[in-house]
Amino acid sequence: MKKIYLSVIGFSIICRLSVHAQTKHDTTRNNHPFAVYTPGSGDSTGYQSRALRVDEVDLFSSYYNQNGNHSAVTGGIGTQKVTDFSSGLDLHLVWLNQAYNKNTLSVGFGYDHHSSASAAYVALNGGGKPGGSRVYPSLDWTVENAQKGTSFGIGAYYSGEYNYKSTGADLHWSIKTKDRNGEFGVKLQGYFDQVTMILPSEFIPPPPAASNPGTIIITTASGNTEVVSANGQVISSTKSGLPTSPRTTLTAALSYSQMINSRLQIMLLGDVVTQSGYLGLPFHRVYFSNTKDTIEKLPSSRFKLPLGIRANYFLGDNMVLRSYYRYYKDDWGINSNTASLEVAYKISPFFSISPFYRYYNQSAAKYFAPYEAHSPNDQFYTSNYEYAKFQANYFGVGFRIAPPTGVLGWQNLHDLEIRYGHYSQSTGLVSDVISVNLGFK
Amino acid sequence: MKMIKQFIKILGCLLIAATATSCAHLKEYQKSRLNDAEMVLSNRKVEKNELNFQSYLEGASGANAGKTGGGCGCN
Repeated sequence: MKKIYLSVIGFSIICRLSVHAQTKHDTTRNNHPFAVYTPGSGDSTGYQSRALRVDEVDLFSSYYNQNGNHSAVTGGIGTQKVTDFSSGLDLHLVWLNQAYNKNTLSVGFGYDHHSSASAAYVALNGGGKPGGSRVYPSLDWTVENAQKGTSFGIGAYYSGEYNYKSTGADLHWSIKTKDRNGEFGVKLQGYFDQVTMILPSEFIPPPPAASNPGTIIITTASGNTEVVSANGQVISSTKSGLPTSPRTTLTAALSYSQMINSRLQIMLLGDVVTQSGYLGLPFHRVYFSNTKDTIEKLPSSRFKLPLGIRANYFLGDNMVLRSYYRYYKDDWGINSNTASLEVAYKISPFFSISPFYRYYNQSAAKYFAPYEAHSPNDQFYTSNYEYAKFQANYFGVGFRIAPPTGVLGWQNLHDLEIRYGHYSQSTGLVSDVISVNLGFK
Repeated sequence: MKMIKQFIKILGCLLIAATATSCAHLKEYQKSRLNDAEMVLSNRKVEKNELNFQSYLEGASGANAGKTGGGCGCN
């Protein structure tokens, strides 16, 4: 804790020095120095179109590849090979209402298809379905009052995959400071999820047809159970009807951003998160020290406190330093630090190259133990390495092209971003991700 | 309760730091660098999937204007 206080105070002193060193005292200060457009103030005709228009469309696509040897499905051992292809779009529609307040309606849709080698081992014999898809539409409506410097919005989300359904909603509100150099924001979010209780095959009572000699039971990752005869014929198949368990996540996210001087701006972020319900996954195995296996068991509540700070600094004429730090603590015993630095170098005003590095560490949750290390007497247990002690390094490079004439001369394509990153954990897990974002106006 | 007190202390400390550093008053023409697309105080749009896989693999999440739960079988 002392380290955090000292870091914050130290950062504050640096910022103060930076303010005095680089910003002249403004003797011409007036009450409304920020040149925000107000109806009738900047246009001699007073006319401003209120019509609905498409402000921006973003198309994104990403390919992710992962490998490791600590799968939670097989109790902390076994392949973690995953590939994932995702793509989607975000559409932003803008119009002015009768009071000339800006309304923004954002409509998003995303689609993921993944292949996970460990998912096949939900069936003990590795015969389960290793792939799956997820769709996640979203909707957000925000109204901004430029004169008052306030905004208010509501959002809704849905995410559905074969074993997990999530419905969410949020309210968000922000207000600028009187001098328009700072902004305070609040976001209240709620996710109401349903976890499908897909058990590892050895914990499912065998169907009656399975008593015939030579039959094989296959439980797929989608929870279907098939009984296959010795000659490969499907004797019976049970679909759906699987029970679900609820999981609720409530978040209050606070933020405050501040322009420190003409080159530096910071943002403070703090979330208070509570989760309740079924917080494990039913197909994660745990092997006790007596070699018997069971399903992971975690408490039915979790309280998380992440605190973050972003600081972006414009260095010289063509370099931007983007930094981020987060301290995280929860009541499962995880303490974590995340720090990242990205150096965006502008080769031209419209083309930048951005190498980045991110460091992450965490302590283990008190309910974690590796394969065959849990005692059968433990109250809670998991061998999911998400809760293990580890460090992670993530580095890569991004490119951003945004010429005024459009990318490749295509006027509507105003922005192109490509980013590649390599991630490695001290647990041995490694992954690579490449992403592309196209921004259309 | 102890964690809430700790959170309030840290948040208070951060707010004091922000207040102490907010004495610069900038006019619009002084904000040209701050308004640069690279200076935006949020994640890049192209980072969307990275944040998603990090939330699957790591125990910590939140305080990055991203998701803190829901939408996947992760934390």
